[in-house]
Amino acid sequence: MSKKDSEYLINRKDNQYEVVIGLEVHAQVLSESKLFSTSATKFGAEPNTQVSLVDAAFPGMLPVINEFCVKQAIKTGIGLNAKINKRSVFDRKNYFYADLPQGYQISQFKDPIVGEGKVILDMPNGQKEIGIERLHLEQDAGKSIHDLDPQNTFVDLNRSGVALMEIVSKPDLRSPDEVNAYIKKLRSIMRYLGTCDGNMQEGSLRADVNVSVRPKGSKEFGTRCEIKNVNSIKFMQMAIEYEANRQVDLIEEGKTIDQETRLFDTKKNETRSMRSKEDAHDYRYFPDPDLLPLEVSEKFIEELKNDIPELPDDKKKRFIEEFKLSPYEANILVSDIDTAKYFEEVVAKMGKNKDIKLAVNWITGELFALLNTKGLEISQSPVSAKNFAILINLIKNGTISGKIAKTVFEFMIDGDKDPQKIVEEKGLKQQSDPKALEALIDKIINDNREKAIEYKQGKEKLFGFFVGQAMKASGGKANPQLINEILKKKL
Amino acid sequence: MSDITKQSLTELIENIRSKKLSSTDVTKAFIDRSEKSEELNAYITNDFTSALDKAKKFDQKPNLDLKLPGIPMAVKDLFCTKNIKTTAGSKILNNFVPTYESTVTENIWNEGAILLGKLNCDEFAMGSSNETSFFGNVQSPIDKDLVPGGSSGGSASAVAGQLTPITIGTDTGGSIRQPASFTGTVGLKPTYGSCSRYGIVAFASSLDQAGPMAQNVKDCALLQEVISSFDPKDSTSIDFKRNHYSKDLTNNIKGKKIGIPKEYRVDGMPKEIEDLWQKGIEYVKECGAETIDISLPHTSYALPTYYIVAPAEASSNLARYDGVKYGFRAKGENLIDMYEKTRSEGFGTEVQRRIMIGTYVLSSGYYDAYYLKAQKVRKLIKNDFDEVYKKVDAILTPSTPSSAFKIGEKTNDPVSMYLNDIFTVPVNLAGLPGISIPAGHDSKGYPLGLQIIGKAFDEQNILNIAYAMEEKINFKNKITDWWIK
Repeated sequence: MSKKDSEYLINRKDNQYEVVIGLEVHAQVLSESKLFSTSATKFGAEPNTQVSLVDAAFPGMLPVINEFCVKQAIKTGIGLNAKINKRSVFDRKNYFYADLPQGYQISQFKDPIVGEGKVILDMPNGQKEIGIERLHLEQDAGKSIHDLDPQNTFVDLNRSGVALMEIVSKPDLRSPDEVNAYIKKLRSIMRYLGTCDGNMQEGSLRADVNVSVRPKGSKEFGTRCEIKNVNSIKFMQMAIEYEANRQVDLIEEGKTIDQETRLFDTKKNETRSMRSKEDAHDYRYFPDPDLLPLEVSEKFIEELKNDIPELPDDKKKRFIEEFKLSPYEANILVSDIDTAKYFEEVVAKMGKNKDIKLAVNWITGELFALLNTKGLEISQSPVSAKNFAILINLIKNGTISGKIAKTVFEFMIDGDKDPQKIVEEKGLKQQSDPKALEALIDKIINDNREKAIEYKQGKEKLFGFFVGQAMKASGGKANPQLINEILKKKL
Repeated sequence: MSDITKQSLTELIENIRSKKLSSTDVTKAFIDRSEKSEELNAYITNDFTSALDKAKKFDQKPNLDLKLPGIPMAVKDLFCTKNIKTTAGSKILNNFVPTYESTVTENIWNEGAILLGKLNCDEFAMGSSNETSFFGNVQSPIDKDLVPGGSSGGSASAVAGQLTPITIGTDTGGSIRQPASFTGTVGLKPTYGSCSRYGIVAFASSLDQAGPMAQNVKDCALLQEVISSFDPKDSTSIDFKRNHYSKDLTNNIKGKKIGIPKEYRVDGMPKEIEDLWQKGIEYVKECGAETIDISLPHTSYALPTYYIVAPAEASSNLARYDGVKYGFRAKGENLIDMYEKTRSEGFGTEVQRRIMIGTYVLSSGYYDAYYLKAQKVRKLIKNDFDEVYKKVDAILTPSTPSSAFKIGEKTNDPVSMYLNDIFTVPVNLAGLPGISIPAGHDSKGYPLGLQIIGKAFDEQNILNIAYAMEEKINFKNKITDWWIK
C-alpha cells in the first residue's frame, strides 16, 4: 500500500486535499463486424463505406446481436476477475443527434453483461487494487465533421454501431499516476485477451473521467465533475490535474462545486463546463423491445474461460519464479503482450545454456532504445527474436564482447541479419588465444617501458592505459577479461 | 369473366391452376376495379403497370405449384417494398423508396404473388379509423362516409371492396381485427414472433405483428401459411413448427372448450353486440364445442396499459425520422430547429400525441409510475390468459364494442377512439393469436365481428373454430358498389 509521503495531495495554505477519480473507459471491441450488424469496422475507411441499413436506421431495420462481440465482452470480464452475468438486457438510451441515426443508442443500463471485478496496479510503493463496477456492451455513434464546410456538418456513419465495452471503475483512483497505471493495465489485459487493440490514436480506447476532491482524511466524497471523452493518458492526467486544482480553489474561496459535465480543451489545458446537472439529458432508458434479454449458459462461459491466455499478472509471477527476474524487470516485460512474446521467444531460441539476465538487459536496453529512436513497436522490430537470441548467446559464450556486440547489433538492424555471419564476415570474433594476447601485450609493454615502470612504482591509474592499448592493438576484439589477467601478471 | 373480382382467393387459384384464368386476366380485373374505386382512397401508391408486366411474365412460364400462383395483391403501406415508395401513411416518409423488401412481402412474392400497390393506413399505424393518414381518410365499401376501421383501413377497404383478393395488414392493438370487423372481412393477428417484423415500419416493437386479411377463413389460412416464417433477421422471431394452415384446416371442433370471459361484457356495450356474442356462443355449441364461463380479471387494465407501452416504444421507434438521413426535411436555422420543424411538419397530430405520451411515461421521475407499472400489469394480463388456458382451448369475444362509425365522428375525442380497441389490445399485450370473423349486421346493416383468441402458436385451432363458425354464420357482406359511378 502506498506510503504517506507518496500521496498525491493538493496543498493550499494549511489545507490538504485528496483527489478521488473514477473512470468510464470506452474500449472498442476487437471484431470484424459491428455489434448489431454485419458491416465492417476497419479504421480509416472512406466515409460511409461501412454502413448497413441497420447502422443507418432505415425504417423496419432490426438489430441482431453479434455473438462474437458478446464473447469478447465476457472474456474481458474474465480478465478483470469479474462476475459474468448470465442474463443481461439491452436498453435504449434516447437522445437526438445527427450522428446517432436511430435516435437512440443501444446500451446496457440496469443489467450489464459483466458485474463487479478488480484490477491490480503495480505502483512504485507496492500494489494497489482498483475495483471495477461493471462492464457493459453498447453501440458507438457516428462522427459529425464540422470543419469541412462553413455552412454544413457532414456525418460519417462508419463508426455507427461499432461495439464498445464501457468499463466503469469504482472511485478508487487517487492520482494522475494511478490513472496512468490503470489505463495501461486495462489496455494490457485487453491486448492479451485480444478483445481490444487499445489504440488510443485511433480512438479504440477513450475515457470519461470523474473527478472530485475532499479534505485529506475525509470519508465523504465531494461533488464530482465528469470530463467527457478524453483520448490520451497524458490528456487525462492533465485534465485531472487542472480539474482537481479548480475544485480546490473553489472550495478555498468558500464556493461550492456544481455537478456538471465538462470538456477538456487540450490546447488551453483547461476544463470547461459543457452542461450542468439541470441541463443533463433525460435519456429515457428502457429495455430495447427489438432484442430479447441476452442469456448465456454456464457452459458458454466455461468454454470462454478455457480460452483465456496467461494474463499479465500470472505471467509476471511466472517470470519471477521461472527466470528469477526482479518484479521490476518482470513488469517491464509483461506490460505489453508483444514485449512478453518477444522475450519468451528469445528465451526459447537461446537454447540450454542461456543467460536470461543478459537477454533482459539487452531487450530493455539496446532493443528498446532502437525501437524508441525508430518509433517502432516491438512487433515491428527490425531484429527478430531468433537473431536476437543468437546475439545474446554469442556474448554469453565469449565469441564476442559486449562492446563488439553493440557493433554487431548495428549491422543486424539492416535486414535482420544473422549475427553469427556478421561476426564472421567482419572478423569481429573475440581474441581469446592467451598466447597471441601475451605476445601482443609483451610488445605493448616493450613499447611503453617508462609507463610500465611508473605503474610498478605505484601509479596504478596507468593500468587502464595498458588495457586501452591492448584493445586498440587487437582492433577491439581482444577478450577484455584475458587482457586484464595477462596484464596483471606481466606488469 | 366479369365476376373475377368477386371470387375468393381459393377460387382464383383453382381457376389459374386449371388454366380457366390467366394471371393477366385476374390482375387486369383487379386493376380495373381498383381504378374505378379511387373514391375509396384505399391506395397510396399503385404499381399497376409493372403488375401487369409481371402477370404476363408469369403466364409465359407459369409455375402453378406455388401457393399464390400469379395472384395480384395490394399490401399495407407499412411493409417496405423494394423500389416502391413506402410511406407508412406519413408525410415524413412521403418520398421514401426502400432499397429492400420486408420478409413478409418477400415470402409472398416468392410464392408467386404480384404486387398491385400500397394500401392506405393510419399514420405509422396509429389510429382506429384510418383518419390519421397523411394521404386522407379511407372510405368504407360498406357505406359512404363510414370509416373502414384502422389502422389497416386501406387493406380492409380493399379486400371488402374487392380491389385485391387478399391483403396483409399489421396489428399492434387491433389494427387488423378491428377493420376486418368493420368491413365484414376476416383478419388474423398471429402469435407474436410468428411473422417477421423485418422491413415493417415499426410502431411498437413488442406488440407489432403482421397478419393476413381475406374474405373468408380458408383464404386467410393460406395467406398465413405463406407469410409466417422464422427469420434470423428479427431477433424476436420464433422458430416453432408451423402448420400447413390451409391444408390442415378443418371444421371439426367437437369437444373443443371455448372460454367466454365475463370481463368483456363492458358498460355501455350496445345490445346488438351482446346479442351477436350470444349467437356466437350458440354457433360454437352447435359445432359440438363446449363453452365455459371464464374470468380474465385484469382486462380493464389492458387499454391503459397498452396506451403506455405502445406510445413509449413508438416515441423511441420514431426518433429516427429526424430529417437527417431520408424522408421529409424542413429547413431550420440549426440542427435543433431543423429537428423541431421537420417533426412538427412531418408528423400528424395523433402521432405527435403518442410521441408526447411515450416520452412522458419514459421520463425520469415518471418511468416507475407509468412504464414500469404498465410492464407489470402486462405480465398480469398474460398470466390471466395462461391461467384460463389450463381450462379452455380458445376464447370467444366480440371484436369491437360497436360497429363502424362515421368519418369525423370521433376525431376530436381520442379516448372514445381508443376505446375501439378494448377487446383487441389484451391479445397483443399477451402476444397471443386472435382472429376476427364477420358474424352479423347491426340495425344499420353494418357488419359486426366476433373474435376468437387462441393459445400462443395455436393459430390452427382458432382458424378451425373460425372455419366451423363461418359455415354456421353464413355471413353475406352487403357491398353495393356505392362508390362506382
